[in-house]
Amino acid sequence: MSGDHILSVDRLSMRFGGIVAVNDLSFNAERRKITALIGPNGAGKTTVFNCITGFYKPTSGAMRLVHDDGHAIRLERLNDFRISKLARVARTFQNIRLFPGMTALENLMVAQHNALMRASGLTFLGLIGAPSWRNAEQAAIDLARTWLDRIGLLDRADEAAGNLPYGDQRRLEIARAMCTKPALLCLDEPAAGLNARESAALSELLLSIRTDHGTSILLIEHDMSVVMEISDHVVVMDHGVKIAEGTPQQIRDDPKVIAAYLGTDEEEAIAVMESGT
Amino acid sequence: MSAPPAAQTSRAPGAAFIFKKALISALVALVLFSLMIGVRTEAGPQGQLIYWTRFGDLAAMVATVFGGSIVFELLRQWWGPVGTIRVVPPAVQSTLSLAGRLIAPVLLVFTFLVPVIFYNERYILDLGILVLTYVMLGWGLNVVVGLAGLLDLGYVAFYAVGAYSYALLATNFGLSFWICLPLAGILAAFWGVLLGFPVLRLRGDYLAIVTLAFGEIIRLVLLNWQSVTGGPNGVTGIPRPTLFGIPLSAGDDGLAAILGIEYSPTHRIVFLFYIILALALLTNWVTIRLRRLPIGRAWEALREDEVACRALGINTTTTKLTAFATGAMFGGFAGAFFATRQGFISPESFTFHESALVLAIVVLGGMGSQLGVALAALAMIGGFELFRGLDQYRMLVFGMAMVLLMIWRPRGLIGHRAPTVFLKHNQAISSDLVKEGHG
Ligand SMILES: Nc1ncnc2c1ncn2[C@@H]1O[C@H](COP(=O)(O)OP(=O)(O)OP(=O)(O)O)[C@@H](O)[C@H]1O
Ligand SMILES: [Mg+2]
Repeated sequence: MSGDHILSVDRLSMRFGGIVAVNDLSFNAERRKITALIGPNGAGKTTVFNCITGFYKPTSGAMRLVHDDGHAIRLERLNDFRISKLARVARTFQNIRLFPGMTALENLMVAQHNALMRASGLTFLGLIGAPSWRNAEQAAIDLARTWLDRIGLLDRADEAAGNLPYGDQRRLEIARAMCTKPALLCLDEPAAGLNARESAALSELLLSIRTDHGTSILLIEHDMSVVMEISDHVVVMDHGVKIAEGTPQQIRDDPKVIAAYLGTDEEEAIAVMESGT
Repeated sequence: MSAPPAAQTSRAPGAAFIFKKALISALVALVLFSLMIGVRTEAGPQGQLIYWTRFGDLAAMVATVFGGSIVFELLRQWWGPVGTIRVVPPAVQSTLSLAGRLIAPVLLVFTFLVPVIFYNERYILDLGILVLTYVMLGWGLNVVVGLAGLLDLGYVAFYAVGAYSYALLATNFGLSFWICLPLAGILAAFWGVLLGFPVLRLRGDYLAIVTLAFGEIIRLVLLNWQSVTGGPNGVTGIPRPTLFGIPLSAGDDGLAAILGIEYSPTHRIVFLFYIILALALLTNWVTIRLRRLPIGRAWEALREDEVACRALGINTTTTKLTAFATGAMFGGFAGAFFATRQGFISPESFTFHESALVLAIVVLGGMGSQLGVALAALAMIGGFELFRGLDQYRMLVFGMAMVLLMIWRPRGLIGHRAPTVFLKHNQAISSDLVKEGHG
């Protein structure tokens, strides 16, 4: 399996004191594909995300991101905001982190901060209202409008993000991440708390992000219907280690996964897996 | 000072709740006052300790606290914010926006006319200058506290840096006010960045404590660096501002003589009034513009959620530093103005009291709201003068007024937030959605 990898995680480990949250984990995410990272609660999935996006400094291991132009970046050497700015890795959070007191539109404008900062001549051109700044601002608003339209929130663009229904907030957070024009989009349980209809809409959105924008997606998800439907590749974690990987088909039929995923009760596990499809 | 959950869910938390709360307050009062009031000590004629007990007074005090707590809680229920309405009701919105649209221009026009209307009332003019100085300081601090959500208890330090910058540059090098004004702003901004660095990682209480200490450090340096700052004696003979090099003095080269009108000391007061008005309006204009620029949005986003900011590639370090620097710069301008108005400055003018006052203005006005801050400055400074007749009860009445206001409008006079950009409707965002930052 030697595909075109946008992200290669190599022997990643993360310890918190005595807890080994991630233990010697290696996996690849293919370019323009959806890679799902699944596993039971506390498996260490979010910790992997936090390492990739620079919120945690991994205890050991390497993470390599290769852009379309072949430019490779070692993520463990960047920190903090630079991963989003330079490596163009965007993320969403398991517990939604929007700017609740700002409107949906403003949320998407903040996401374009770095591009707009440049356009506003580090604020000085913007302060005097230079035409180049005005054009850039209009372009940013247009991009935000496009995304609001795609997630079906155009009508609620001027409402406070904190006032939107839960499902809308989830989609808005994805749109906000997309407004940073990422190469790799990391989604932490985007379908959590969504109803069946909303989940279906989410799947569609993610597929279109992959095909229309060519953005690679790394997805943590507990909702198996979403995982099975849209992922190209699935990595299964348990207790910080990788226990299996493969296509959704292979994963679904892997007894090791089923056992780990839903405890020892395999009957129930199979039932849930099947109802999910 | 948020209402307890019990009061949030239902309007009437019941007698038991109120009683319990009053009982706890009374208990705290008993512990606190038992030594302060209950026992009175004094040094006797031979230096020995004399003490006697005043349990009657103590009982009265505790009873007052008990009763007051009940009254307070009832007041909160009647007047307090109703339930958890998350959207500003349309009726309120339209009235507010109409009032907001009207109040600001009316206030502005009135302010412009103050020197004309009250030309012969020196007291009012002086008060106007004072109010405008605090409006400007409030607007400056609003950038840091209201927009970026960083609680700064040492804002007076930048005011002091601005004032001393102008005073020392003018008295030592003979530079004019108009050259020193930007310099004072730049120096204050520089100190803002210097303060910013160590406090970047701090949040909440820690941030407040360090900024508070910074304010004190600056004051102590000014007090003790005798050779440069003159120590407690301050700097005297600070030059007055000139109108394009023409002094507003009684001399032959003064403005009055050149215009051929009779000299009056009021000319200078009016001139100062318009200078501070222009400075305040500049602060306001820049802040309003900054809010609509990426840097201003990043400040507000930082207040809302710092982690999300970092995930979006926003450099939170420089964003915080620019907020500190911008706020400090305005403080520096105000300080330079203060120095030129007074003609004399000393460390006494830059105590923590000033920081607290400016912060109170920002909080009372509604963090982030320009109009709210202006109204709060007017109410605080002007209102304080209004109560002058009450003598020693002035502080008490004033404190009561503030407490009541905070019950009635916990998020300040104008707590809702106006969006910086909109597609169709420019609708205000209810204050309970807007975060207060790490403050
Ligand atoms: N900052 C931290 N400090 C200490 N322990 C942590 C920290 N973050 C995560 N952990 C621990 O690491 C383990 C993995 O947590 P993680 O959040 O990555 O799991 P997860 O796979 O995302 O689970 P879930 O499906 O519930 O979101 C847990 O045992 C957790 O307690
Ligand atoms: Mg998780």
